[in-house]
Amino acid sequence: MKIHEYQAKQLMAARGIPVPLGRVATTVEEAVAAVRPLIEESGSPVVVLKSQIHAGGRGKGTFLEHPDLRGVNVITAGIAGGPEAAEEQVRDLATRMLGSTLVTIQTGPEGKVVNFLYVEQGVDIARELYLAVLLDRTVGRNIVMASTEGGMDIEKVAEETPDLLLREEIDPAISLADFQARELAHGLGMNGEAAAAFTQFVKAVERVATELDTDLIEINPLVVTTDGRVVALDGKMAFDDNALFRHPEIVAMRDETEEDPAELEAKETGLNYIKLDGTIGCLVNGAGLAMATMDTIKHVGGEPANFLDVGGGADEAQVTTAFQIITKDPNVKGIFVNIFGGIMRCDVIATGIVAAVKTVGLDVPLVVRLEGTNVEQGKQIISESGLDVVAADSLKDGAEKIVELVR
Amino acid sequence: MSVLVGKDTKVLIQGLGKTGQFHTEKAIAYGTQMVGAVHPSRAGESALFEGETDHSGVPGRDDTYSVELPVFATVNEAVAATGANASVVYVPPPFAADAIMEAAAAGLDLVVAITEGVPVGDMIVAKRFLADKATRLIGPNCPGVITPGECKIGIMPGYIHERGRIGVISRSGTLTYEAVYQLTLRGLGQTTAVGIGGDPVNGTNFVDMLAMFEDDPETEGVIMIGEIGGTAEEDGAEFVASRMSKPVAGFIAGTSAPPGKRMGHAGAIVSGGKGTAEAKIEAMKAAGIEMAETPSDMGEAMVRALG
Repeated sequence: MKIHEYQAKQLMAARGIPVPLGRVATTVEEAVAAVRPLIEESGSPVVVLKSQIHAGGRGKGTFLEHPDLRGVNVITAGIAGGPEAAEEQVRDLATRMLGSTLVTIQTGPEGKVVNFLYVEQGVDIARELYLAVLLDRTVGRNIVMASTEGGMDIEKVAEETPDLLLREEIDPAISLADFQARELAHGLGMNGEAAAAFTQFVKAVERVATELDTDLIEINPLVVTTDGRVVALDGKMAFDDNALFRHPEIVAMRDETEEDPAELEAKETGLNYIKLDGTIGCLVNGAGLAMATMDTIKHVGGEPANFLDVGGGADEAQVTTAFQIITKDPNVKGIFVNIFGGIMRCDVIATGIVAAVKTVGLDVPLVVRLEGTNVEQGKQIISESGLDVVAADSLKDGAEKIVELVR
Repeated sequence: MSVLVGKDTKVLIQGLGKTGQFHTEKAIAYGTQMVGAVHPSRAGESALFEGETDHSGVPGRDDTYSVELPVFATVNEAVAATGANASVVYVPPPFAADAIMEAAAAGLDLVVAITEGVPVGDMIVAKRFLADKATRLIGPNCPGVITPGECKIGIMPGYIHERGRIGVISRSGTLTYEAVYQLTLRGLGQTTAVGIGGDPVNGTNFVDMLAMFEDDPETEGVIMIGEIGGTAEEDGAEFVASRMSKPVAGFIAGTSAPPGKRMGHAGAIVSGGKGTAEAKIEAMKAAGIEMAETPSDMGEAMVRALG
């Protein structure tokens, strides 16, 4: 689960990690009202207006409705004109940003609508660094990654200049040791007070990662200010969905407007659905088989419209919901049901399909491949139902048939 | 011979809930030596399993069975009373990692964790706990392990298996069934089939299993089925290139998966340009692994690899 930058910063601030002062706004008036207190409290006449969406690259991104307007804007009018001038500039920009669609390298061309703005104090930056805590799957432990190349695309850094990427493995029995934090500070060329501040900072970030079960904490950039403080200028956090049961405060931060409505509906019924761009809807049991079904459709010249795993123990109601979700997608020109019944019995699935088609209706071709437990009963149920279903002998056979039918 | 489990494997079940109960029944029907259950709130009771024998399993048994499993409060107590050397974990996600550690602390040789949805943070701790123990963990989030005709631990349908000469290693449950079934239809059969699980932090990986199959005299070839996310397949490929004498076939799921999206399994995600199907397929081909282009061709790829 992902959260917004302002939420990540609230979580960090509450755990002793220095972040700039800021206020979140959902209306232009709220954004304007945030300016004066921020200027007074921070002593800096500069504020920054940041779009809040669940995607990176906001600073370089632009709006569909305003191609010349960036997703993050530094408000400097206050330097010469005082708070009123800053407020006016915020009013003008917030009016155009709120409700508009921000396109970044991570959103895809359709972009994401900005419903929240974060108004933040300006910070005098001496150095920009990179810091992250994430899982290293090879060792089965979290690692801290740090780099002097703050603000850069870290994947590019990893590829082109791997020497600039520092890493420390976190032993879960002792968490990040002091010496490891010092190693990182030293590697980043820090000394004196800044090194001490960084050591505290990185240890606090590592504690947050463990406490809140994050998949990822990424601070890019982490800045050293001109007066020697270490501050999280940006903050990205993603959480392990499997651990959310013990973090109700995180669940409460969920912004459902950031998620695909069909994916949400599927999740609520215990289905695993991901929408894609193709024309062939897929209904499969098992995540690996669902992925391989998409691959095979593509392999034989079609395009999958979705990933859908009904899981190992789907009942009739879930199969019906799955059909509803698939047929709701206007791009779907045909459906391929691929079941290898292990624990899940083919007759149960077949009954579910027949019931679903009768409830939902079907005006696109349907190919069904059943294999495994009670396969004969399953095939019989479908053939006796009188439904217009094309039977397939194997995954590949089914994929070829549905691709042919939608052509 | 086979690997991991055989006719002498004595299995405890940890977590006798609805799912655990159901699959224990299937395991006993198959002929697995289930010897006891660990379920603290039902300690002191016993659980009766009766039904019709699954004749696709251990040969030479009556048509019906009746087994009464004693239920224990702790794994330690269960091991002392039954001589169990393996366990299967069906404990719900919040408590599964603890159950795994308890099994390891009790000195079991093998723990098979079926539970899906265990927090990564819990598995990081459990893996650290297991580091200096002799216990081997399979899973979590896996279908389990089966040596056809001897022992079935997990949720796979027994009847699609047939004792034979191929070792099967897979990150996905249903794709394991596809591969197993194709091997059975082609008369190749399986020595042991192992689902290593779809989570990002697991107990046993391709490399570990490849090494075991390489050392197993009955296994003549291995099929490894991977998916997007992580680098376990690349590590496996490196092992195949440098250490394996036996032919290996393979398949990777997820060539059509968009980056940044978790495809059902917690571990099946391409992030930061890493863990793509293309990179894995390339590494496996370079290691001399015979790749199946679609899952329907897995059995055929194994036939080609065997030459």
